[in-house]
Amino acid sequence: MWKFTVRRLLIMIPQIIALSIVIFVLAQMMPGDALSGMIDPNVDPERLEELREKHGWNDPWYVQYADWVGGLMQGDLGQSFRFKMDVTELIGQRIVNSFWLSLATLLFTYLIAIPLGIISGRYNDTLLDQTITGYTYIGFATPLFIFGLVMLWVFGFMLGWFPTSGSVTPGLEAGTFEYFVSKVNHLILPALSMALITTVSTVQYLRNEIIDTKQRDFILTARAKGASESRVYNRHILRNSLLPIAAFFGFEITSLIGGTIFIENIFGYPGMGQLFLESITMRDYTVVTAVTLLFGIASIVGALLSDIILSLVDPRIRIK
Amino acid sequence: METNKGVVDEKALKAQKSPSGISIIWRELVKDKLAFGSLIFLVLISVFVYGTAIFLDQDEIVTVDLFSIHQPPSEEFWLGTDYGGRDIFGQLIIGTRNSLTIGVLVTLMTGIIGIVFGLVAGYYGGHVDNILMRILDFFLVLPFMMIVIVFVAIVPKYSVLTFSLIMTAFLWMGIARLIRSKALQEKELDYVQASKTLGSSNFKIMFTQVLPNLSSLIIVTMTLNLAANIGLESGLSFLGFGFPESTPSLGTLLGYARNPQTLEFRWWIWVPASVLILLLMLAIRNVGEALKRATDARQRRG
Repeated sequence: MWKFTVRRLLIMIPQIIALSIVIFVLAQMMPGDALSGMIDPNVDPERLEELREKHGWNDPWYVQYADWVGGLMQGDLGQSFRFKMDVTELIGQRIVNSFWLSLATLLFTYLIAIPLGIISGRYNDTLLDQTITGYTYIGFATPLFIFGLVMLWVFGFMLGWFPTSGSVTPGLEAGTFEYFVSKVNHLILPALSMALITTVSTVQYLRNEIIDTKQRDFILTARAKGASESRVYNRHILRNSLLPIAAFFGFEITSLIGGTIFIENIFGYPGMGQLFLESITMRDYTVVTAVTLLFGIASIVGALLSDIILSLVDPRIRIK
Repeated sequence: METNKGVVDEKALKAQKSPSGISIIWRELVKDKLAFGSLIFLVLISVFVYGTAIFLDQDEIVTVDLFSIHQPPSEEFWLGTDYGGRDIFGQLIIGTRNSLTIGVLVTLMTGIIGIVFGLVAGYYGGHVDNILMRILDFFLVLPFMMIVIVFVAIVPKYSVLTFSLIMTAFLWMGIARLIRSKALQEKELDYVQASKTLGSSNFKIMFTQVLPNLSSLIIVTMTLNLAANIGLESGLSFLGFGFPESTPSLGTLLGYARNPQTLEFRWWIWVPASVLILLLMLAIRNVGEALKRATDARQRRG
């Protein structure tokens, strides 16, 4: 077990290095100085050349790369020329919002997936199962952004049940009860929209897993020795079927990253995805570089988590 | 008499021969009413969209007309107009055509790269496989959406072709992985060994002997990929990082709904495009699922 985990951790190092090189190359292609943000990309080229010379950005690429990585290690992500502040600080403000949104989405995802998957698997081929399967089928085909728009239209604008943008009602004081309620209220609709779409694969997986387990010999044995139906399901089948779902957790993180860009944009939710899109439109490339790097690392860590959980669940993987 | 008998035998032999892949797929499609209906729908939509697009002038449709901004549906504009006074119905037709075209283009390009990459990795195995798989792993860990958006934003000469190339560059991994795992199994089979003994070149075995055996798998995967790619393209266009506004796609029309006013009060701009995307994705998936069943003898209905 430890051997596998350590080896898997070691694989991460070249992955992160490769990611950082790609982002470094991309940053070099961006106009202005996308690594430290000390040069505004909107100034004219002649002045730019002067500034480049002054800040020493005509060094060979490996010196610049080393400087950049050195800065990253110390938590220095450069300067945002638009907000005139450290990118680290800027991201610090936004990442909290994205964290809550992701947490709420994950919560909804499992709150929806587990009951639906169990019902669908336990009573397979009944009308109820067919309804759930129909939902997963359509959910698979529906692009997240269309569903998000429809949710916002129906529940935000037509019914007016939820706020239509932002992460909190302006003017409320942090720490009060109203502030908390408003935060939660702003979270529900975006998180639910994302969860209803991303959950379908987990529902389907859980259903197939339960149907598969149902036909195993040990279930027959459990029934033969007189275990009650609820005990067969809760003790024997669920325990075996829920574990692979746990392994999906890491992949959920990866899919959340793509999803938040759309959802935060549609619901005007000030998180990392929104920051990314705003920055790229405003040509604030330092922020773009930093956010891409962070999201890249997050998806590498997500894959790592999946592999480790999988190896816990399924010992055969460890041997490889 | 002798010759006559020969003919009969041949006929009997033909009847015994298992049906070809294409006819199995066709039988499955016809048997599955939903999939067959979806196929007809897709064919009709394509014929209509590509047919009408010949008579519609894209430049004329995307020309701004300040006298007819945000008109609701009327006799003149069947589905109203957008913020530039441009006809939504015309944009819908052109948009569907553009979305379909790029979907097919990206699917084909990712297919070709994925197939070649997967076949080479799986067939040779060993070090070649190891190196190629590390390259693939590297592409897999990149955050797709963000990298594509960054590329789209900084590529200097941005056009529909560069857009599809950018998408292709980060989308070929799925099919490559699939083909590689199948090629690994396939190369252990006797026919490959036999062909090697006969002196066929590796190239010939890979592309004229192993590849045809994977064809049904490839057709299924590419069909399902087509739906996914249309979704990705419209998603990127929705965010404003796909097609430029002068070449509308279905996602561009949806992108107008990012303006809350449009979302709330001007349904005619974004609802038709949403419905169309949804129908296209469902129809392609229906066909894909039927094809998937056709390749798996246990699940066949026909």
